[in-house]
Amino acid sequence: MDWILISELTVNGALTGLLYSLVAIGLVLIYKSSAVPNLAQGALTMTGAYVVLAFSDNLGWPLWVAIPLAIVIMFFLGMGIERVALRRLAGRPIVMILMMTMGIDIFLRGTTLAIWGGSSRGIELGVSYDPLFVGDMLLSRIHIVGAGVAIALFVAFLLFFRSRLGIRLRAISDDYLASWSVGISVERGVGLSWGLASIVAVATGVIWGEVQGVDQTLASLLLKGLTVAVLGGLDSIIGALIAGIILGVLESVGAFYLDELVGGGSRDLIVAAVLILTVMIRPHGLFGRHDIERV
Amino acid sequence: MFYRLSGVRHNSYVSDRKIFQVPADRNAVVFLLLLGIAAPLIIPSLYLNSYILPWLIWTAAVLGLNLVTGWAGQLHLGYAAVMAVGAYSAVHAAKFGIPWEFALIIGGLSSALIGSLFAFTALRVKGLYLALTTLAMQFVMDWVLTHSPAITGGSHASLQAPPLALLGQEITSDAGLYYVAFGWCVLVTIFMLNLKRTGLGRALVAVREKDFAAAILGVNSFYYKLVAFAASSFIAGVTGALLVATFYFLAAPEQFAVHVSIQLLAMVIIGGLGSIIGSYMGAALILLMPGVVNSLFSALAGFVGLELSLETLAHIPNAAYGALIIIFLMVEPLGLGKLYANIRDYLMIWPFDQLKK
Repeated sequence: MDWILISELTVNGALTGLLYSLVAIGLVLIYKSSAVPNLAQGALTMTGAYVVLAFSDNLGWPLWVAIPLAIVIMFFLGMGIERVALRRLAGRPIVMILMMTMGIDIFLRGTTLAIWGGSSRGIELGVSYDPLFVGDMLLSRIHIVGAGVAIALFVAFLLFFRSRLGIRLRAISDDYLASWSVGISVERGVGLSWGLASIVAVATGVIWGEVQGVDQTLASLLLKGLTVAVLGGLDSIIGALIAGIILGVLESVGAFYLDELVGGGSRDLIVAAVLILTVMIRPHGLFGRHDIERV
Repeated sequence: MFYRLSGVRHNSYVSDRKIFQVPADRNAVVFLLLLGIAAPLIIPSLYLNSYILPWLIWTAAVLGLNLVTGWAGQLHLGYAAVMAVGAYSAVHAAKFGIPWEFALIIGGLSSALIGSLFAFTALRVKGLYLALTTLAMQFVMDWVLTHSPAITGGSHASLQAPPLALLGQEITSDAGLYYVAFGWCVLVTIFMLNLKRTGLGRALVAVREKDFAAAILGVNSFYYKLVAFAASSFIAGVTGALLVATFYFLAAPEQFAVHVSIQLLAMVIIGGLGSIIGSYMGAALILLMPGVVNSLFSALAGFVGLELSLETLAHIPNAAYGALIIIFLMVEPLGLGKLYANIRDYLMIWPFDQLKK
């Protein structure tokens, strides 16, 4: 057995997994505050990347202007989606909420592609494409940057959830009726979580746009993000980070061995299998809270 | 006034259990049935086979999905995968030389078998997690179909269906294919109409409302979930096989991909959960919408003098499709079926509004 190859696959898998965590963090933020599984997070990621490109590529502005502008726009887009579409569905059956987020997903994808076109473009972050040598392992620089962003976002949210506003969000996620009764504006809190998730979507879009180019395949990151979020527990941000690493390693090492057996393309199969097994064995995930249902 | 009676008042259990509580409803259904039978004489065969026939087949699929999602309350995001199982096994059986009647049943049964696997997830989880698992199963099925040439027919990944023949008669004419689709759709509709007045239907509704509470009342919720999944999968299998046999004529994996599952669920939601007339309307709306929106936008762009690129025009129907789902859920979450019911209830007692319950 080739240990160097295995360790290289493991480290690269973990780095890719941390990039999946970026999508999952967005999902967890919204699920935590409002128990809405946001199936539009992939489309939000794609929209974020396209908005950045609209400034940097179409208008020719530098990236350090384009990204903050995109963050502001996406923040308000996220808040707007919550205000217009999701708020009035509160208390409705889950099938309608799921369908609503799927509708938003289809709408965002259709609109961005209708406006900016489907041909793939890259975001030039200025990260060199030369691989980084660590010992005998080859590592991709952009993946390291992305993993750094994921960890930075995690730390930022850790600190944020200790702030006054963050404590309010935690109270909402704990028990929204009780939060209401002590005067916390639940609606504003949920809206804020949508805005934050959209900011995360911009970060995800920029990193993934550099990794694989900006086109509609960005929206299909949703399945991997969902799997990571479910595996880590839908209401746990640390879970998203750790599950991302687990899924990334499983995918990279597993695909290496399975591809020979089944003839390629086993990555998606591994992701789907992890999702099914997680739900069957431990639905609330590794770090999620186990809800008890009462009749 | 239009219904010649104000509201429905039952005097006996027999009248309570009638399918059509109001004679006008029954007359309308008989009229529509006659219209359906006469359709090949009225409608040009181009429209008949490119609009009406797929609409009827998709409606049958929507009714099947409504059985498991609308009646039993179990979210199903892998319905297209179940249809694929039926389609492929029926086509393979027919290629093997088995008559189409039995091939269709084989397709339905194999779908029911695979579809029941989904039910074992439903034993464990429900709601969101069930939706995610069925979605994952859909992805697994997509993967299996695109990676196994033995099933999907070699490098071109398309499988030619042998010509449809029922009762020894080869069916090739447009009207014949239409009648097959029409017959299946009517059969499924009759099943669904009768479902709500059987013990099975009531048990499914009890499971939907709260499965723990149903269990306390002595309804074996897992058994009924299994029945719901198996029955709806059987419908899916036969529908998938008929879709290939009468409309596509050749089976390909992308006809049963994940977006088809989402489209079917969108038809159910826009039509209205658990509504039969809504299933017809939802399927019609989603099927017709892309063409209408496209011609609307190109006409509008021509009117304003705006030059829309081909790519933009290609993506506008998708945006409109998403917008349609969003707007429906915002304005009338119970769908077209509820809108129809509102109008019907209003007309039923008009002009005697004070009789409203």
